[in-house]
Amino acid sequence: MNTNTNLFQKTMVQKALKESFIKLNPKIMFRNPVMFAVEIGTFIMLIVTIYSIISNSQGSFGYNLAVFILLLMTLLFANFAEALAEARGKAQADSLRKTREETPAKKLIIENGQFDRSVSSNYQSLIVNSSLLKKGDIFVCETGDLIPADGEIIEGLATIDESAITGESAPVIREAGGDKSSVTGGTKVLSDKIIVEVTTEQGESFLDKMIALVEGASRQKTPNEIALTILLAGFTLVFIIVTVTLKPFADYANAPITIAAFISLFVCLIPTTIGGLLSAIGIAGMDRALRANVITKSGKAVETAGDIDVLLLDKTGTITIGNRKATNFYPANGIDEKHFIKSVILSSMTDETPEGKSIIELASTLDNGQLVMDKTKVFYTVDGKEIFNYPLNILNFKKFTAETRSSGIDIEHIRIRKGAADAIKLLCNEAGHSFPQEIGEKVTQISSNGGTPLVVSENEQVIGVIELQDIIKPGIQERFERLRKMGIKTVMVTGDNPLTAKFIAEKAGVDDFIAEAKPEDKMNYIKKEQMEGRLVAMMGDGTNDAPALAQADVGVAMNSGTQAAKEAGNMVDLDNDPTKLIEIVEIGKQLLMTRGTLTTFSIANDVAKYFAIIPALFIIAIPSLQGLNIMNLHSPESAILSAVIFNAIIIPMLIPLALKGVAYKAIGASALLRRNLFIYGLGGVIVPFIGIKLIDLFVSLFV
Amino acid sequence: MNTEILGVILMYATVLVLAIPLGRYIGKIFNYENTWLDKIFNPIDHIFYKLSGINPSIEMNWKQHLLALLIINAFWFVIALFVLSNMSWLPLNPDGNPSMSWDLAFNTAVSFVSNTNLQHYSGETGMSYFGQFILMLWQFISAATGIAICAVVFNAMKERTTDKLGNFYSYFVRTCTRILLPIAFIGAIILVFNGTPMTFEGKDTITTLEGKEQQISTGPAAAFIAIKQLGTNGGGYYGPNSSNPMENPNYITNILETVFIFLIPIAMIFAMGYVLKRRKLAIMIYTVMTIGFLSLVIPSIYFEMNGNPAIDQLGISQNMGNMEGKEVRFGSAASAYWAINTTCTSNGSVNAMHDSMTPLTGMFAMLGMMVNSFYGGVGVGFLNFYIFIILAVFIGGLMVGRTPEFLGKKVEAKEVKIAMIIALLHPLMILGATALTSFLYSGNPEIYAGWLKNPSHHGFSEFLYEFSSASANNGSGFEGLGDNTPFWNITTGLVMLICRYLPIIGPVAIAGMLASKKYIPESVGTLKTDTSTFGILVIAVIGIVAALAFFPALTLGPLAEYFVMNGM
Repeated sequence: MNTNTNLFQKTMVQKALKESFIKLNPKIMFRNPVMFAVEIGTFIMLIVTIYSIISNSQGSFGYNLAVFILLLMTLLFANFAEALAEARGKAQADSLRKTREETPAKKLIIENGQFDRSVSSNYQSLIVNSSLLKKGDIFVCETGDLIPADGEIIEGLATIDESAITGESAPVIREAGGDKSSVTGGTKVLSDKIIVEVTTEQGESFLDKMIALVEGASRQKTPNEIALTILLAGFTLVFIIVTVTLKPFADYANAPITIAAFISLFVCLIPTTIGGLLSAIGIAGMDRALRANVITKSGKAVETAGDIDVLLLDKTGTITIGNRKATNFYPANGIDEKHFIKSVILSSMTDETPEGKSIIELASTLDNGQLVMDKTKVFYTVDGKEIFNYPLNILNFKKFTAETRSSGIDIEHIRIRKGAADAIKLLCNEAGHSFPQEIGEKVTQISSNGGTPLVVSENEQVIGVIELQDIIKPGIQERFERLRKMGIKTVMVTGDNPLTAKFIAEKAGVDDFIAEAKPEDKMNYIKKEQMEGRLVAMMGDGTNDAPALAQADVGVAMNSGTQAAKEAGNMVDLDNDPTKLIEIVEIGKQLLMTRGTLTTFSIANDVAKYFAIIPALFIIAIPSLQGLNIMNLHSPESAILSAVIFNAIIIPMLIPLALKGVAYKAIGASALLRRNLFIYGLGGVIVPFIGIKLIDLFVSLFV
Repeated sequence: MNTEILGVILMYATVLVLAIPLGRYIGKIFNYENTWLDKIFNPIDHIFYKLSGINPSIEMNWKQHLLALLIINAFWFVIALFVLSNMSWLPLNPDGNPSMSWDLAFNTAVSFVSNTNLQHYSGETGMSYFGQFILMLWQFISAATGIAICAVVFNAMKERTTDKLGNFYSYFVRTCTRILLPIAFIGAIILVFNGTPMTFEGKDTITTLEGKEQQISTGPAAAFIAIKQLGTNGGGYYGPNSSNPMENPNYITNILETVFIFLIPIAMIFAMGYVLKRRKLAIMIYTVMTIGFLSLVIPSIYFEMNGNPAIDQLGISQNMGNMEGKEVRFGSAASAYWAINTTCTSNGSVNAMHDSMTPLTGMFAMLGMMVNSFYGGVGVGFLNFYIFIILAVFIGGLMVGRTPEFLGKKVEAKEVKIAMIIALLHPLMILGATALTSFLYSGNPEIYAGWLKNPSHHGFSEFLYEFSSASANNGSGFEGLGDNTPFWNITTGLVMLICRYLPIIGPVAIAGMLASKKYIPESVGTLKTDTSTFGILVIAVIGIVAALAFFPALTLGPLAEYFVMNGM
């Protein structure tokens, strides 16, 4: 992905410069009341400048021209900020869009429109352009094909290279059914063959929506942005009142004021700094989300992320590394360890789950054995000595089902099962066997240490326990600590029993957990928190996560997840990284903070501008007011020009801050306010005093 | 230390000592908790409810509250208008004073309805006792209106989601009977014992030391003056207000009257702390208001005690400070202190002529009115401050990276819009009306020569002060204006009316809308509003929104006068 952080790339700057002029169109300007007011002022100055060619009553031509040019610069700087932000967003979006370029699609011809799985290999395919694919069309992709559109696999399994959108080079497996059935246009099939149904219309995919958001075309103002625009419009009105009423006041005092001075005063007082940078800040926020490989459906979602109070995180993959691993075998009293290991291997031979594989792994390391399975038989040897050797046709594997809640194998008269303690206990009890006490104790002990006990039985008699353990991701505690300082409560969601869940929750430092979670538990938890007024974010990928994703205020779907999950959430994470939520929250907070601090800075600037311009307006009529000229500026003209110059150049100077965002520090709201108030509030008062004085020293050389 | 300054400190300390328990008591009344006065007042309240057919247990939403407020106000406004324009033939007119002209009656009625008490008449010659009574009634009604609607806002700030905010009539009656009446009664008794008249007989005739006969206006003054001070009304019984020795006989009554100005405005802050169980928030608000007040009052006392350089040049000794327009029995410090008290709180009574204060004291008095929430008027001062809090919460909330929220309620576009309109209103009215006046005057100084007795910057200050006073519902005059003309009566009347009701409607609407929003519990990420940092933010918002907008106007008025006077 593009991580180029250079803000002013040559091509972008050129493009943005051109855009800055196009954006002078009043129809576009009207969206921003503050800058629109400046535009009107600039227009008036243009007329005054022309008028001053023939008459000197409004000051010299040169002075009026200087003011006019400075105001025009102010407008262009503001436009440039917005255009640059857009250009950066576009560049980022274009790199994603490249993946969307026209690709041939092998569309299946289905006469009755009804796809029939049983005859899927009989369908004819037709090569069409990807842009002609419609929602509901079905296409086929084979090894080496680029996937032409977003869709859902309805048949087959394939390894796919998603590096074009995620930057991650390791291929991923996508298959029909389940939670990893979704494919993204522009990614490449590395092996096998899949049949895919198109799930979005052209131009309506997430990426298309995101591109529109950063391009500004369909960018709608977010609620906070609307409120801030109202505030800024209010300030603009206050200063319209101040400036307009000053005319009769000055007439009363016999202190004539030129139009240039009026307009300069007005433009300097209204919050042009934030007004000029406001949309750039918004676009840059979306752009930052995109850079983090997150596609959002609306700008509001990013803002809402900054308000999140509760974060629901799946344990697996987020808090712990991947999956649980077998760490210990505990044979029951009177059971030989070798026999136990043999039984364990038999029961897990065909268990393709990561847990199953880890059991075989542990078993074969413990007694240094080797499991071999070919087309007809399976055998296991330790130091060349054969422990067992079965033809495959006598093996009867029992898959895990919801009813038995156990899995295993039947070999002739031997029945081996492994499963949760209560499931096996029930099995044994039904057969009239008791559940050994020492196994019960072991089970509790493993659970309270955060492990998962798997009890193994042979012919309905307990022969031992397997301990599975989670491994907590390094550094995750610090991230949760950070979230806590932001005021966000973290909740771990896990299918584990409460004891295990509690242990891991404590070890990882999450605030709460949902154990033995079913999809509706997540939903209920979200609803409960929302009832209490909190905003909840969650991440999910499965179809059964979809209702909860929709219910959550911020629902982030993994790109690898099902289409249903992606539709339900309001963001999609291209990296499939469960800890991404933390970054999204920070991006949201940064967005609001940048607006808040620049508003404060902009308004605080007014103090110095008043002290520059007000004495300059009246000093000729009332010389005593020299006492108010505390900056000791050279002349009324130089004072006004200096204030306007400062007002103009502060905009481009703050563009980097607007685009990068104010750094968020998780130090608590009060400390953060103190810090920002000090830097941007007090700084906003002091900086223009220094700036205007320095500019005046320079300007006075010419005026 | 200087005795005069000690007197000032004594007055402030007395207010504080009384306001804390009074705030608690007011809070109990708003919370409908039992007090030992219930035995006396419950039956009285009951009579009022019965007479007017009110069921005090019916809860109202914010719109119904405003409607009830406007109904009460409109009803009594019409009656006041009638009485003022028909005083000459109505009873209780022993001095035979005339009825008011229509524009003066309008101005006076609006002035008392709006708790402004701007007086373009003189009580001695322009008002019958019946007229004084109707005005005194209004001094209760307008004060109780402010306090009762403030109670509604307190109710709305509680941690819950509702649109039921109590019963306005009940708050109103309880405010009158349990807060205003008892305290005003005590105040009136003290005034009577110190020599303020309380009679229904006509003018007294005395023989002066020079042997001449002089007519002295009397009447039911003590009762009037007590509520005038207590309810931040400020309309004097006599024309010269509390500088008149009948209205404010000695330093003791001066202490009483000064204490009364601040008593309820400060107590309201503590009442809020009690109602909401948010002591820290109350302390934050109190501290911000106090810092604002001190930053105005300290320089004012300094300038007044230092005297006026223009008088120095005449060779007149000023060892008592600038004593032009001040009463010797109060001195310059207590007069400056009163001036800032009265302008900060929208009281508007005076014990010295503000026109004669040094230019910067005049400016600080105007700033007190322009901000209008350094304690502010009874009830409404808090409402004005509430607007600044909303704006500060919005900016501060963004600065900490969260959608802004105040006391667990999200502040969104609608609330910001209302808050901004209300914040705009004050500059619009003050600057707009002053601009209109300046425009007329500078366009045709001969026609309007009667307006100004002092030309130049001081004249401009007089315009600016008059409209600041009207807009802040203050009522004090810089004087020196020929202001009993249709122009002044109507313009100030309209300004008073608009600036009374919109700044009540705005905060009540915001509070009402916030009350019906979902309550969000606080977290570490929430902007806390009861901290000193937030207090600084509020000060900054007040400084920039309220004060800076007036900087150009103040430059042409008091600042120009100051710099010219000091020969800079």
